[in-house]
Amino acid sequence: MNQADFQTLLPVIVLTVWAALLLIVDLFIDKEKKGITAILAAVGLALTMGISLSQTGQTSLGFSEMVVLDGFSTFVSILLLFSGLMGISIAYGYLKRMGIERGEYYSLILFSIVGMMLMTQAADLIVVFIALELLSIPLYVLAAFANTNASSEESGIKYFLLGAFSGSFVVYGIALVFGATGTTAIAGIAATAAAGTANVPLMLAGSALILVGFGFKVAAVPFQMWTPDVYQGAPTSVTAFMAAGAKIAGFAALMRVFSTAFPSIATDLTPVLAVLAALTMIVGNVAAIAQKNIKRMLAYSSIAHAGYILMAFVAFGNPALVDDAISAAIFYLVAYAVTNFGSWAIVISLEEKEGKGLALDDYAGLWRSNPLMAVAMAVFMLSLTGIPPTLGLIGKIYLFRVVVEGGFIWLAIIGVLTSLISAFYYLRLIVIMFMKDGEPKTTPEGWLDLTWGAMAIATVVFSFIPMSLFAWASEALMK
Amino acid sequence: MDFELLPNLVTFFPLVGVLILFFIKPENKVLIRWVSLLTALATFGISLVLLQQFDANNPALQMVTNLPWITVADWNISYYMGVDGLSILLILLTTFLTPISLLSTWSAIEEREKDFNIFFLMLEVGMLGVFMAQDLFLFYVFWEFTLVPMYFLIGIWGGPQRIYASIKFFLYTMAGSLLMLLAILWLGINQGTFAVPDLIALGGIPAGIQTWLFLAFAIAFAIKVPMWPLHSWLPDAHVQAPTAGSVILAGVLLKMGTYGFVRFNLPLFPEAAVKFAPMMAGLAVVGIIYGAIVSYYQRDIKKLVAYSSISHLGFVMLGLFALNSQGIQGGILQMINHGLSTGALFLLVGMIYEQTHTRNFDVYGGLWKIMPVYGTVMLVVTLSSMGLPGLNGFVGEFTILLGAWGAGMPGEVLGSYWYAGLSAIGVILAAIYMLYMYQKIFLGPEGSIVQTVKEHGHVLRDLSVREIITIVPLLVFIFWIGLYPKPFFALIAPTVDNLVKVLQAAMMH
Repeated sequence: MNQADFQTLLPVIVLTVWAALLLIVDLFIDKEKKGITAILAAVGLALTMGISLSQTGQTSLGFSEMVVLDGFSTFVSILLLFSGLMGISIAYGYLKRMGIERGEYYSLILFSIVGMMLMTQAADLIVVFIALELLSIPLYVLAAFANTNASSEESGIKYFLLGAFSGSFVVYGIALVFGATGTTAIAGIAATAAAGTANVPLMLAGSALILVGFGFKVAAVPFQMWTPDVYQGAPTSVTAFMAAGAKIAGFAALMRVFSTAFPSIATDLTPVLAVLAALTMIVGNVAAIAQKNIKRMLAYSSIAHAGYILMAFVAFGNPALVDDAISAAIFYLVAYAVTNFGSWAIVISLEEKEGKGLALDDYAGLWRSNPLMAVAMAVFMLSLTGIPPTLGLIGKIYLFRVVVEGGFIWLAIIGVLTSLISAFYYLRLIVIMFMKDGEPKTTPEGWLDLTWGAMAIATVVFSFIPMSLFAWASEALMK
Repeated sequence: MDFELLPNLVTFFPLVGVLILFFIKPENKVLIRWVSLLTALATFGISLVLLQQFDANNPALQMVTNLPWITVADWNISYYMGVDGLSILLILLTTFLTPISLLSTWSAIEEREKDFNIFFLMLEVGMLGVFMAQDLFLFYVFWEFTLVPMYFLIGIWGGPQRIYASIKFFLYTMAGSLLMLLAILWLGINQGTFAVPDLIALGGIPAGIQTWLFLAFAIAFAIKVPMWPLHSWLPDAHVQAPTAGSVILAGVLLKMGTYGFVRFNLPLFPEAAVKFAPMMAGLAVVGIIYGAIVSYYQRDIKKLVAYSSISHLGFVMLGLFALNSQGIQGGILQMINHGLSTGALFLLVGMIYEQTHTRNFDVYGGLWKIMPVYGTVMLVVTLSSMGLPGLNGFVGEFTILLGAWGAGMPGEVLGSYWYAGLSAIGVILAAIYMLYMYQKIFLGPEGSIVQTVKEHGHVLRDLSVREIITIVPLLVFIFWIGLYPKPFFALIAPTVDNLVKVLQAAMMH
């Protein structure tokens, strides 16, 4: 391991060490004072974020070109670390309130983020797979974290079985691609394909299987079946983290692998991706209408948003557009992450023990009992719909631009029509909060309130000044 | 990089009131009312300065603010605001109607007044932004933003069916604007700019694509106007909205649709506009007659006024798609006229509703004796709405009919006198349904409502001083435009003549 290797993987290494130490340190922290563990975990994330920020603009390869550091990986890593911080800040009070506070929670979050960050840096399909497992296994445990609670256990086991199943698709895909090209290095695959020495049908089959595997991770239709059940059963703080973190990492891997390794077979993959995106938007949004439980509604909404992001990615084979497509997708992921954590924080605030307080009708009268929270939730719902002045609108427009530019007008039209459908169920929550009467109980809790408050402000303010974010996202290019 | 303070000040001044309102306790109703009323009046004052600074002889965009907004990765979105002859009157109408509507809420809105006023002032910002924005993206942001406060105004303070009406309003409008969004993106990508004046100067969009873009914009605007057959959200929204909401909805929000046609569809896609003119004018005529007939069969006063809006806005659309100077000028003036007359009608309906809690005019009758002032004011407004010479409605409708007649000449864009001829029937029908309603409420034997009110221990009273103050400014303009419309036309004419030149060039093709 030389200097360059170390440099390339520095944030991942630091966070791994921190997470491992945290496991040990946690043993000596009093059971009543697990807040200290949370703070230590947050410090670790912040430290790693600092390192990542200092790496902005650097590009390098490490470990025999198995991992890469570039603008893309840095940007997405920072976004993941941000998700980790949010995940901890909404979990802290919630775990205590639900009586499931244990120190491992925070270490598991850190390990999962390590896997996600490794995913963004992977330059070899083997690393992609290792990262996939590393990010998934802690999530399986986290999903079942409220154990003895049957629905949480169900959620964990469901997520594990389907996750393992989808993981095997990825492995099989990697094997086929290796068979087709004789290499697992992403750059090597592209080079072999460009030289014309690859076995194209085999490579197509391999790439399709990899797509299936990641389709599971990002919850794209028709691989979305697990999402509502897992999201509903898992502790809400885990769901929030999963909805953002796992999605970001899944898309990061998808973008990295497809736009670097498979541009040569883009003409075959593009129609598949387009249909997948269209189906995901339609199914996610239509199914969300029928939901009565807020966690399930947001789960379907997260499926729908995976569809929107996938839509941007359809144009990945067009060299003139691929950079725009990737920055549009990660810009949208930023907007989604911000909105996502804000809305889940409010869900947590209303949740009571034994799964009470999660029905949409439990939000009736929120405006009277807690006007600020109702306004914040309205902001998040409008952002998810894509109504100004919110970040969601800017993100959506960025996406649609790429799609229109790529010439997929029909897909863009499906995109806007499904947005219209989505307006219906997002508005319904606003109706319930503002126009119906009820007495919802909210739990005042510092970190939680700070999270949704800050996210609501960010959602609105950044919609007026998206320039800096835009500029940053458009520089997040792959090497 | 230009910056001119005045238009920005007008647009965003209501936010000052919103900020102050945030710090006032909800119980302090008097202060809340005065703060928002004074904010709206101050905005109106600033807009008068804007008018004074406005050079009516200059057809170009004036008092331009143009700052880069989003310019990364080939985006060319700017914060581009300005005023010209197409928008100046609508801006004034907005700032004029807002304080009037706010004043009307002093007795009508009793619940959560603070929030009501906040939403109302935010709505004003959105509407003014729509009329000022010269960048398509900026326009879209303001356009969509107006949905949010209006949605809350209807949904929280509306009638019994308010939730249904507010969602319907939101979804209908959004359905149209999303297609417009795609068209906007197409323009921005292929023409390299979102700035409307630049896009007009650039021109050169192939006729085949113009057709699609025209339709995408037209559907968004036609829903807002609303044009037959996309009107079904309007009666619900109008009837369920609180009085002040109806006034603004009819007075200003509908004009955003017609304004969109003049501002975007005509100059950006002139060839498509020429091609679609007969169709649009045809739909307008259908709307005029359909709206009038349906109005006649209404028993709910508010619903009658709502359907009459469909008829009146049909006239506006007919004028615009005559594509000549008279038609477009008449159309723009008629937007203002409709805002004044229908705004006044909704206010008056609201005033009687506050006393009787019913809008079914079968139970009314003989109110003239009890409420002579109210009856007189209502008579003037009714006559204005049906287009009696000497009042504002006549000027607008007459000019539109002249324009439509001119466009109906052989070889002109509409090419048939039927458009003007049939829509003239609409004027007659308007007289029938408006007078019928008036007669039912004010003349004849005393209606059962008088007794009902007595049974509840009240007596029907005539207009209060506050109510008279609310309505008099509208009457002033109803007479002014009716008797001496020249200064109003003078503001519109130069810009319209410029636009007509573009359209005539397209007709040559």
